Amino acid sequence: MKDIAMKALYTLISLFVILNYGLLLTGTMARVRAKVQGRIGQPVYQPYIDILKNNFLRTSIYHGVMFFLGPVFRLAGGLGTYLFIPVIFGSTIFSNFAFSGDLLLVMYFIFFGQLGMALGAGQSGHPYSPIGVSRGLAQMTAFELPFALAVISIASQYGTLSITGIVAAQQGGILNWVAFTNPLAMVAGMISFLGMSMDNPFSIVLAPQEIPIGPPTEMNAGFLGMLQTNRAIFNGAKLVLFMNLFFGGAGNLLVMVVKTFLLYFYVVFVGASFPRFRPDQSIRFFLGIPTLIGIAAVVLQMV
Amino acid sequence: MDNDSNNKEQLDEIRKQLTLANNDVREGEQAYFCDARPVVVEPYRGILERFANWARSESLWILGFGTGCGAIELRPLMTSRYDMYRFGIQPRPTPRQAGVFVIGGYASVKTMKRIVRSYEQMQGPKFVVGLGSCTINGGMYWDSYNTINRLDHYIPVDVYIAGCMPRPEALLAGFNALKAKIRAGECDGMNKYAQNFDWYKANQKQIIKHWEMPDYNW
Repeated sequence: MKDIAMKALYTLISLFVILNYGLLLTGTMARVRAKVQGRIGQPVYQPYIDILKNNFLRTSIYHGVMFFLGPVFRLAGGLGTYLFIPVIFGSTIFSNFAFSGDLLLVMYFIFFGQLGMALGAGQSGHPYSPIGVSRGLAQMTAFELPFALAVISIASQYGTLSITGIVAAQQGGILNWVAFTNPLAMVAGMISFLGMSMDNPFSIVLAPQEIPIGPPTEMNAGFLGMLQTNRAIFNGAKLVLFMNLFFGGAGNLLVMVVKTFLLYFYVVFVGASFPRFRPDQSIRFFLGIPTLIGIAAVVLQMV
Repeated sequence: MDNDSNNKEQLDEIRKQLTLANNDVREGEQAYFCDARPVVVEPYRGILERFANWARSESLWILGFGTGCGAIELRPLMTSRYDMYRFGIQPRPTPRQAGVFVIGGYASVKTMKRIVRSYEQMQGPKFVVGLGSCTINGGMYWDSYNTINRLDHYIPVDVYIAGCMPRPEALLAGFNALKAKIRAGECDGMNKYAQNFDWYKANQKQIIKHWEMPDYNW
């Protein structure tokens, strides 16, 4: 009993850290994008003010029970993803609820939030919401394929589905990282990571100029605040997951910050360099070369 | 028995006063729309409201709806030359999420209907910036058959930026004035609209002939 209580306390601390780190990272990257465009950009702490403002709004409108549950499911998806990923290798506080089959559960949770949001957005009744949702789910199904293949390849390489086990196997120097021992899996995984981050060229879901803002078109005030909070946590969770899978995990917070920053920077770098795909282009892209690379990664591990 | 029917009539009368008639909605569609009137929401008290006002002033989300020619002056604000993001101002594509409505110059009667609709869909506290002389007194469209002259007869306005056109610098100055007003707690257009709802609605219906929407767009 005491163990569980301590673990819950540690997880709350870890959650607090990743929430703030996610928000600061979002703010920093907005400034990086601004620099690319020759602007000064918003303050680093702008995401905090936006969330505060949204929660301080005096009125809020809702469209039914599912509309309430949409953002809740999304947040549950974000939290679920994060809570089963060990953040710092060998740390008690930041190991969260990692267990032997956590990788499968995490992959499920990445999908879960989107499905919940689809229900909530559907009940809002706005025509742009289902368009965004259908785009999101289609793209998600497409990039899950190379990602799943990369995961299968790594799992068969190390014979484990535990993230802690995969990180443990990569210890002992840069050359032990999956990025070097299984480069094809890393390439397939990192390409699907671009899709998962929904930045350009895969920003077809929110597509601000096209379908105003996709699924959250009708989300307002506290609902939007919740979605923004989830975005920070989910971003952090994804970055930590990919760092663990391909880049040897992290032994302490500083290494985690450096590695995840560079990972996010890669997404922003690609996003600032390329325009947006159309939905059909995006889906064809993922089902093409990245999937072939993923299959090659699996086949190479099997033979 | 008489007493009962009298009471019932009185209750019906009160109910009628509390709800909106929605007479102009297409027949058979009234059930789809909310008939509640907007209500006054009291602000928080003391330091909490001051803190909330600070947060509201530092995060102004403009509704991306160019209602007139003046909207052309909004675009340069996003570019590197003016960069409104550094003041916490950013565009937002949907009225549900936006907090600031910039009326870009003249408002024709046709646009006015959409302005009312978008304004009512925004969540409070919401702020309106009248951009250009046309929103103040009609400007060069003063005697036009198809534009309104005074914007604040139709929706509450917090800040006017005079000029034809005001340059982006003037807009930034206007936004900073709006921020100062919000921080001082003087921007309560949302409650003003709820308090004087009948007056605003009468003015709007006077110019908008084909209403065909609910009386209040929740």
